[in-house]
Amino acid sequence: MDKFIKLDGLVMPLDRANVDTDAIIPKQFLKSIKRSGFGPNAFDEWRYLDHGEPGMDNSSRLINKDFVINFRRYQAASVLLARENFGCGSSREHAPWALEDCGFRVIIAPSFADIFFNNCFKNGLLPIRLPAEQVDDLFRAVDTHIGYKLLVDLEGQTISTPDGVVYPFEVDAFRKHCLLNGLDDIGLTLQHVDAISAYEAKHRAAQPWL
Amino acid sequence: MNTQTLYDKLWNDHVVRQENDGTALIYIDRHLVHEVTSPQAFEGLKLAGRKLWRTESILAVADHNVPTTGRAQGITDPIARLQVETLDSNCAEFGVNEFKMNDLRQGIVHVVGPEQGSTLPGMTVVCGDSHTSTHGAFAALAFGIGTSEVEHVMATQCLLMKKNRAMQVLVDGVLGTGVTAKDVALAVIGKIGTAGGTGFAIEFAGSAIRGLSMEGRMTLCNMAIEAGARAGMIAVDDTTVNYFKGRPFAPQGETWDKAVDYWRTLHSDAGAVFDAVVTLNAAEIKPQVTWGTSPEMVVAVDGCVPDPATMTDPVKREGAERALQYMGLVANTPITDIAVDKVFIGSCTNARIEDMRAAAAVALGKKVTVKQALVVPGSGLVKAQAELEGLDKIFIEAGFEWRDPGCSMCLAMNDDRLSPGERCASTSNRNFEGRQGQGGRTHLVSPQMAAAAAIAGHFVDISKQ
Ligand code: SF4
Repeated sequence: MDKFIKLDGLVMPLDRANVDTDAIIPKQFLKSIKRSGFGPNAFDEWRYLDHGEPGMDNSSRLINKDFVINFRRYQAASVLLARENFGCGSSREHAPWALEDCGFRVIIAPSFADIFFNNCFKNGLLPIRLPAEQVDDLFRAVDTHIGYKLLVDLEGQTISTPDGVVYPFEVDAFRKHCLLNGLDDIGLTLQHVDAISAYEAKHRAAQPWL
Repeated sequence: MNTQTLYDKLWNDHVVRQENDGTALIYIDRHLVHEVTSPQAFEGLKLAGRKLWRTESILAVADHNVPTTGRAQGITDPIARLQVETLDSNCAEFGVNEFKMNDLRQGIVHVVGPEQGSTLPGMTVVCGDSHTSTHGAFAALAFGIGTSEVEHVMATQCLLMKKNRAMQVLVDGVLGTGVTAKDVALAVIGKIGTAGGTGFAIEFAGSAIRGLSMEGRMTLCNMAIEAGARAGMIAVDDTTVNYFKGRPFAPQGETWDKAVDYWRTLHSDAGAVFDAVVTLNAAEIKPQVTWGTSPEMVVAVDGCVPDPATMTDPVKREGAERALQYMGLVANTPITDIAVDKVFIGSCTNARIEDMRAAAAVALGKKVTVKQALVVPGSGLVKAQAELEGLDKIFIEAGFEWRDPGCSMCLAMNDDRLSPGERCASTSNRNFEGRQGQGGRTHLVSPQMAAAAAIAGHFVDISKQ
């Protein structure tokens, strides 16, 4: 997993509540057995006017010029600004894979769905919860400033705006440690092989039907 | 304080070790696997040269991509075929127990697990699928995980997680005629919202819940995820214990007795404290129909499509406006005036034998008037049982299509899907934009309501029939 330490990134606003993982990456693309290549189909049904299927040449498809991902001003965005309950619905990890493939490393929203929130950390994506009023302020700022960027500092747990406002944010200590160091969860857990084996033996003895 | 919630008991019984910040390593008893969220996990294992920690804990089945007709010819879509074949070859390589597409026991993973007794009370159950919450109906701690976590469980038999808060959803009283577990689930979501359960594990309790069959309880826990909760659960009682007698993976003989003794302890203690409590009066719940593109956008069948203009929260109002536009609906239209084009009876929410029976009872002697009405049983065994009872004939005579088991039009990864603009009464669990096919319009309902809509061509209030 890539490390995440600090990012000074262009912000793309996605002004809808309850954006579900079906919308982030529609099911027809889940037929892939790979982890990469989902970026061009992120938000497929919103960003194109025609119906997308795996294997299509996306560059020759009909673009929906009204959908924010197609706006020229957000082309290099790496921070996604979103609304309540972002990432709800299906557990598909293809959703964070697709967002990462599009170049996003940070998602800011008032709330996230649990599974999506978890899946982000496993893929070097940092989901940040901010109070709804602060998210509102950011939406207004992005709207009125072309090239609006935010400085996200994981170490210090702050988001700084270009005009010097600093928003602190919470992040779980363990997840922070993993992101900062690009650590693989499995490797960490396997350091506890003895504890797992001991637990297992005890558990099996108590519940032999398992 | 020694009183514990059911969630506390299940959690405490599975903690391998605990970090100071509350992160715990939780042991996983059962791992269900399907073709869509596992290939990258198996690949990750191979790349890292890791083995499965406990092969016997895994049960695999292909369900999302499989066709529901003409199975003898195999899967025609080459990409879907590759994914199913990849599951087959991974299971063969790692020695995992798999029910292949043409196995009688094949079906939707959340129907198959309990049906085989592969899910048991007191277990931790995971699957790379959000509707794993279904298995909580048996007082198991069951939740969906992402592919990285699938790989993590494969390699370590554990997951790193933090404990959620506990919510009790209390439904007391008696459900009215024609009111089902599906309506309870939708009513709960309508009340707390799709994010209402975020960060919580929900325990459903109360006399109305105890009155539900295991099938009904699974329907309810299945939709806990649509309320934002990762897990839903229900305490063990006689209904739970009786369900497992004679199931292939269930314990037998002396072990059975020992298991039952333990299972009987799986309930919240009297006086156990929950972080949140939500109460509903069963008698007030009517058959529910969703009108929008999120399961919380739901009303009773005798109600009307709401008017966004009356909503004060701007985010809600905008969401409702967009939903009505997508759904092609006008505010204040009576729900029973909404005409449907297609009907789908199936999915891990409502494709068990009881659902088949309920829908067939409505369809008996009637004729379908919509363009297409599919009945997709949840597993090969559900299908066989339904055929034994003659339900297939009732459906076919009424004009329904009787299909082979799988996820089918719940998410439309195979050929079963809506065309743009088509409106569907569906017994599945998600009415998201494009869920059942791009531009398709989904209304979530119970099996009875779906069958009645197939016959009338529009929604009808089943409780008044
Ligand atoms: S039936 Fe639908 S919700 Fe259930 S596992 Fe299949 S796709 Fe998911």
